[in-house]
Amino acid sequence: MTPGPRRAAAAYWVGFVIVLALLAAAPLVLPPFWRRFVTEILIWGLLAMSSDILIGYTGMVSFGHSAFFGLGMYGAAAALLTVSPPDLWLALVYGLVGAGLVAVFVAYFATRLRDIYFSITTLVFSQIFYVIIFTWTDVTGGENGLTFRQPRLGIPGLWHASFTPETLHWFVLAVVAASYLLLRRITRSPFGMVLQSIRENEPRTRAIGYHVERYKIAAVMLSGLFAGLAGVLYAIQNKFVAPDFVFFLISGEVVIFNVMGGMGTLVGPVAGAAFFFLLREAFSRFWTEYYLIPVGVIFTLMVIFAPQGLLGFARRALNR
Amino acid sequence: MVLEQLLIQALNGIVSGMILALVASGLTLIFGIMDVVNFAHGDLFMLGAYVGVITLATTGNFWVALLLSCLTIALLGAALQVAALRPLLGRDPLTTILATFGISLVLQNYALWQFGPVARKINEPFTGHFQLFYLEYPWYRIVIAALSALIIGGLWLFMKFGTYGIWIRATTQDRVMAAAMGIPVPLVHTAVFAIGSAMAAASGVLFGPLVGVNHAMGLDVILRAFIVVVVGGMGNLAGSVLAAIFISLLEAFASLWVSPAQAVIVSFVVLILTLLWRPAGLFVPTPK
Repeated sequence: MTPGPRRAAAAYWVGFVIVLALLAAAPLVLPPFWRRFVTEILIWGLLAMSSDILIGYTGMVSFGHSAFFGLGMYGAAAALLTVSPPDLWLALVYGLVGAGLVAVFVAYFATRLRDIYFSITTLVFSQIFYVIIFTWTDVTGGENGLTFRQPRLGIPGLWHASFTPETLHWFVLAVVAASYLLLRRITRSPFGMVLQSIRENEPRTRAIGYHVERYKIAAVMLSGLFAGLAGVLYAIQNKFVAPDFVFFLISGEVVIFNVMGGMGTLVGPVAGAAFFFLLREAFSRFWTEYYLIPVGVIFTLMVIFAPQGLLGFARRALNR
Repeated sequence: MVLEQLLIQALNGIVSGMILALVASGLTLIFGIMDVVNFAHGDLFMLGAYVGVITLATTGNFWVALLLSCLTIALLGAALQVAALRPLLGRDPLTTILATFGISLVLQNYALWQFGPVARKINEPFTGHFQLFYLEYPWYRIVIAALSALIIGGLWLFMKFGTYGIWIRATTQDRVMAAAMGIPVPLVHTAVFAIGSAMAAASGVLFGPLVGVNHAMGLDVILRAFIVVVVGGMGNLAGSVLAAIFISLLEAFASLWVSPAQAVIVSFVVLILTLLWRPAGLFVPTPK
């Protein structure tokens, strides 16, 4: 007995609304530490989700997502520092432009290569931006990064209010949920189907007549823009930017979120981010800052024994 | 004056290029033979240097430390290969980059936990200098370059003429046929990983006296080694050596004008240009 497509769709939407409602209620019931924790997971989850477009759907493992994320952060910082009073929507535009420019650059060069060569070149590209940001102290603040004031939430000309932890959480949740629905729509569109066909069999996709390179460039750009969006959110939440966020260890963590949560599911990477940060909290009690030792062991074991990740079992249901 | 500076930088470039070549040839050997992108290679380099620090402190002899470090890291590499990479044989090469990335995280944080964040020092085995224009140039740097060349040359001869080298090349060409001919393929894979690890350890110990040993030294090295193997053509030993020297020379010359941190960008530019015009590698003959 398999449920019919309509019942499955209904079950999916019921599940989506329940999870959304739980996340919306989270800041009202959780203590401040866990409230902030959930908000951060949503932001990291968006970053991981953006990279899932490449890893899970197109079969290109990007080790350079920190570049898009970081440039989104620095773009937002530029808007918040140069324009007074700091404006939320301008930060969003600047951040997306920053990440988009990097994405054009990376997409143009890195998509000429496949498989591991793509991974290595994205890694090297993210380091290029890291070195530039790290050494260009006059503009980027170098190693110390930049601090700025948090913008106010508002509709231009109509209404303004300062962010509270609750409204910030809801704002982040709204952006992440909207991004998820949009990305889900894209992966189910004809464009998304071509991406998945590139993952399954690239030569055959080319033989059918699709211009594979253009689709790959578009996929990297799409992924980069959403990673930049996550960077803007993170900058707004934390009111500072630092070159550490452009360093490739962030890209590595994004890959870990994807593998742990389940590639090719969009929600899997968010679950992976939550799992990663919960593990970090749990192990930090005994191992302090060396929590990456047990987490690295768990990650390696999952690569070997559970490559589908936590939500891999639900992959079909989530992509229906 | 400018000419003298250029010559000194050329020598510096060749010395650091030879060390980089030693790391990169281990990486490209492992990749060429079993399609494994070893993300943990930089951390084996770093751990090799640490083992060198410890054995140097106990034995007092640099060359004994070098040998012991190579043996220890070769054993560690073999253990890692059996535990983590053997189960991945036949899967997508991308999974190996993920698994070795996990190993790299573990090794790096283990080193931080065990040895702390303060850099350790390996003393040079001898401190002779010779006069190079206005500089006292240490002999040790020349010895490193020569030793690296010797190890890489030895590897090449072994691969070309040694019985086991022929086993390794046969495994590269056709895994199934090699197994049918009685070559113990899983053992060959483990041995190759051990050899590559030992080369990483050797370069770690040799490089230690120049920069100091800390837990993050592997990150910088693995990144440069990745650039080298892509520019040189992955799996191509001679190409990697040439690319390593080429990139190090360019960086050495660039650091005459900009800070060393910014000179790294030169190698990035080389990589981009290579990808644009010769994506198969700069030192690979054009396919006919």
